[in-house]
Amino acid sequence: MKESQTWIGKPVSRVDGYAKVTGAARYAAEFKSDGLVYGVVVSSDVTKGKILKIDSRSALACDGVIEVITHENRPKVSFWNRKFGDQDSPPGDHFRALYDSEVYYSGQPVALVIAETFEAARYAAKLVVITYELEEYETDFHSRLEEAYAPKETKPGFEKPKSRGDADEAFSQAPHKISAEYDSPTQHHNPMEMHATTVVYEGDDTYTIYDKTQGTANSQAYVCQVFGLSPKKVRVRAPFVGGAFGSGLRPQYQLYLAVMAAKKLQRSVRVVLTRQQMFSFGHRPASVQTVKLSAGEDGVLHSVGHSVTAETSQLEDYMENVVSWSGMLYKCENVEVKHELVKADIFTPLDMRAPGATSGLFALESAMDELSYEIGMDPLELRLANYTEKDQNYFGRSFSSKELRACYEQGAAKFGWSKRALKPRSLREGKKWIGQGVATGVWDALHMKSTASAEFTSKGELKITSGVTDIGTGTYTILTQIAAETLGLNLENVTTSIGDTDFTPAPLQGGSWTAGSMGSATQAACFAVREKIFKLAKKLPDSPFSDAELSDVLFEGGEMLLKKDPSRSVSLNDVLKSSRVDSVKAEGTSAPNYLKELPHARNTHSAVFAEVKVDADFGMIEVSRVVVAVAAGKILNPKTARSQILGGVVWGMSQALFEETVTDHRLGRILNHSFAEYHIPVNRDVPEIDVIFVPEADSIVNELGVKGLGEIGIVGTAAAVANAVFHATGKRVRNLPIRPDKMV
Amino acid sequence: MNPFQFERSSSSSEAILRMGKNSRAKFIGGGTNLIDLMKEGVESSDFLLDVNHVGMNEVLELPGGRIRIGASVTNSDAAYSGLVEERFPLLRDAILAGASPQLRNMATCGGNLLQRTRCYYFYDLATACNKRENGSGCDAIAGNNRIHALFGASDACIAVHPSDMCVALATLNAEIHVLGPNGPRVIRIADFHRLPGNDPTRDNTLSRDELIIAIELPPSPLNHHYHYAKVRDRSSYAFALISAAVGMNLEAGKIQSASIAMGGVAHKPWRDSRAEKLLIGKRPEIRVFRDFSEAFFKSARGLGHNNFKIELGKRTLVRALEEASLK
Repeated sequence: MKESQTWIGKPVSRVDGYAKVTGAARYAAEFKSDGLVYGVVVSSDVTKGKILKIDSRSALACDGVIEVITHENRPKVSFWNRKFGDQDSPPGDHFRALYDSEVYYSGQPVALVIAETFEAARYAAKLVVITYELEEYETDFHSRLEEAYAPKETKPGFEKPKSRGDADEAFSQAPHKISAEYDSPTQHHNPMEMHATTVVYEGDDTYTIYDKTQGTANSQAYVCQVFGLSPKKVRVRAPFVGGAFGSGLRPQYQLYLAVMAAKKLQRSVRVVLTRQQMFSFGHRPASVQTVKLSAGEDGVLHSVGHSVTAETSQLEDYMENVVSWSGMLYKCENVEVKHELVKADIFTPLDMRAPGATSGLFALESAMDELSYEIGMDPLELRLANYTEKDQNYFGRSFSSKELRACYEQGAAKFGWSKRALKPRSLREGKKWIGQGVATGVWDALHMKSTASAEFTSKGELKITSGVTDIGTGTYTILTQIAAETLGLNLENVTTSIGDTDFTPAPLQGGSWTAGSMGSATQAACFAVREKIFKLAKKLPDSPFSDAELSDVLFEGGEMLLKKDPSRSVSLNDVLKSSRVDSVKAEGTSAPNYLKELPHARNTHSAVFAEVKVDADFGMIEVSRVVVAVAAGKILNPKTARSQILGGVVWGMSQALFEETVTDHRLGRILNHSFAEYHIPVNRDVPEIDVIFVPEADSIVNELGVKGLGEIGIVGTAAAVANAVFHATGKRVRNLPIRPDKMV
Repeated sequence: MNPFQFERSSSSSEAILRMGKNSRAKFIGGGTNLIDLMKEGVESSDFLLDVNHVGMNEVLELPGGRIRIGASVTNSDAAYSGLVEERFPLLRDAILAGASPQLRNMATCGGNLLQRTRCYYFYDLATACNKRENGSGCDAIAGNNRIHALFGASDACIAVHPSDMCVALATLNAEIHVLGPNGPRVIRIADFHRLPGNDPTRDNTLSRDELIIAIELPPSPLNHHYHYAKVRDRSSYAFALISAAVGMNLEAGKIQSASIAMGGVAHKPWRDSRAEKLLIGKRPEIRVFRDFSEAFFKSARGLGHNNFKIELGKRTLVRALEEASLK
């Protein structure tokens, strides 16, 4: 008997790591095709108006230029605006590039230049002369706050804020209270890989599309709806995605333009956006939040008020869950929450890195910190004084599991929180003030219907396939681990292939639901394969399993063996060979069990502890230490899990200190659209980050008990940093990012 | 990016001859700025002449304690050359405060002198910019001017010079050796970069067909008490909001001489020799440094978003002087 091996919970290195570092892993802009031509997007210089004239003559006169596609000569697209919707679109009229002469925002794609070489297309794109009729515009929602409204129809995933009790009355009566306004800037996703699509024209109106997307099925459906194509003729592949952070949740315009060009020219086309154009579509919306908290001497909350007004486009009503967390994170009878929008002449915002929670928890957790100083109470004690075991947003339902208390305890112990001085400006080292802050993080443990396919061959190989994408999070690796463990195989015997609409349908990769949902689907598919192999084994002549049930059998080391008598075993490939079967195949689906899941709140939690050093003269802030304790159910792979949390924490620091899309609102133009000027942390900014995974058993969220880690790392981190800055200096900065000019 | 011809020159005199014939030609060193600008359409040269192989790639010791840094020496090679580290550590510190290791490995010292501003508007063809196209206007003046000039700006342009290296060169009174069709000449660093005035398209006093051959540094008494301070929005790979290169000569507890240049505040590294005189003969004390910084910033004019740089600038000067005096 071979040695038994388990894979779930082991720090396995990425199974796709070798392919990535050797360049064998190919991304959307790297697929080749004979006769491939290149499209370069011409972006609008003006912010609002109508295109009067497009003069493409100079562009077309360039060597190698094939076509300039504009709204005047584009191929037919659907007349119905709703056909431009997708799995993640907010209500409203959806943006349609090159549809008509309307310009809705600065940077809008207005033409596509196609040439035999990328260089020719890029040069010619600068030669397209466009004449506009200009219209008045307003890109700054701050100047229209009085026009705020609450849309009737909302986006999938948006929870309508629910108030309870009488927050105003409680606030007015309470001995301690704070009320503050927090300002979050526009931010752009900025994955390393620019959005790109390579459309391979297969003839007969048939297309294989390599797209940068978080949802192959979403891109496929969009292309089919918009261009009236049959899904049989459109295959979308995204085997590797170079980061996305939400930017690939909706089909982006490079996909639409590349397909449009391929259709018009009946040729293979590639369109890659520039870094500057990465600032010309979805983004985290700028918002203004007001948080009002009141409490008694003991720190127990009497009221929570949280309202947000955020920007959206003229076309769609984008909403994300900013304030609903404030009704569930702490115990409180009086809660008033509100979410409103203001229209501006910008592109529609888009889910980005823990959408809603990232901004909402910055405000709530900053306010909790402010309240702690108002009361004179340790900020961690304040949170513990308001700890809740019930989700009051939903009639006090219990949590499927909640180890937040353990997060606070283990994080505080590791960080050395108990040694922290209560007063701000207590610790100085040379020219630097040192401070420490804490904040709570929370995110959903969502379960989405997912399907995976498993096929075991007589050669002893297991193939896992699904349409789901891996956006760098480690999906390949965890699916491989789950499959190997379920069938008792070595990792080398499992091949996972994903990101292809020819495979089984999968949801968008996002919302932290992939590991739990796809993992459970993969496990289900492998269970089904196991059962099929078992049935074959029973029928073999002199089978040791003839009287056995499936539950009497173990799958280990490539073999099936009787639990009672492990010496009676047979190798899985022998079962197939002896049965004269080449392969055994099954699909597995994991879908929400509402009866089981809805009676419980299902969430991940974290406690983030940060230490900062602030230059007393310059206000330059260095994050010197972060400890984050996370409760997220079962951890499939501590190594890739840690990487996800590290990434999240770095983005949280980025939110606190660096990230801001700067717009000149007179011109309506984004100014800092490059990596030189749109700052994210560099290596030198990132300190030692301690990640603790607090054990948390959960039998409700999904079959595996996995809650997902995609977002929980970022949520709360910005507040922890901002709270540490206050503790260091006594200066409270409520408008992010906290840059030197706000500290001086 | 427009199509262009790329050729390599093997001698500096040949390079100058070839440049003379084409008004849209440009020399290229590391290309770390020029190529970016061409991609954005800000520069549109149709002929690039590579001058990395014309024998300007050494750091040499000259008689009398001078050193000579060839124009095509990379920023990294200059910073880590023994001569620079030993004799001009201020220059080393300034170079290493700039850009990122990858960029410093590519960028040349000659090219660094010719770095163009990071003004957002300069990079965006959809906006008005007199530096790109004189007469088109300046969208920065009434726009987002957080990173713009406090000194020497004009009604036409408020851009700042982005280099760290040049700030130290200004403090060290470097000489820029250039070669043109009429032979060699030497330009003092103070005269090399210019203020925008009515013609912001010109960043410096170099003629189009002149080639930077080398940077020479005269022996300096400032190399014991020196400091380069840089305040920026993140700890690396960020241009200076404010920087200061300070060198002083202390004897018997008093300042014998001092040289101070600031970056991030003007169209060129900014010096104030009158203010510098205030330091002479004084003890290196915070009070003295504060008086100096007040005098230095007396003529500073904020534009709105960049007002914070005045206070920040004063603090930076005080800190740099303090650090230098304690070295």
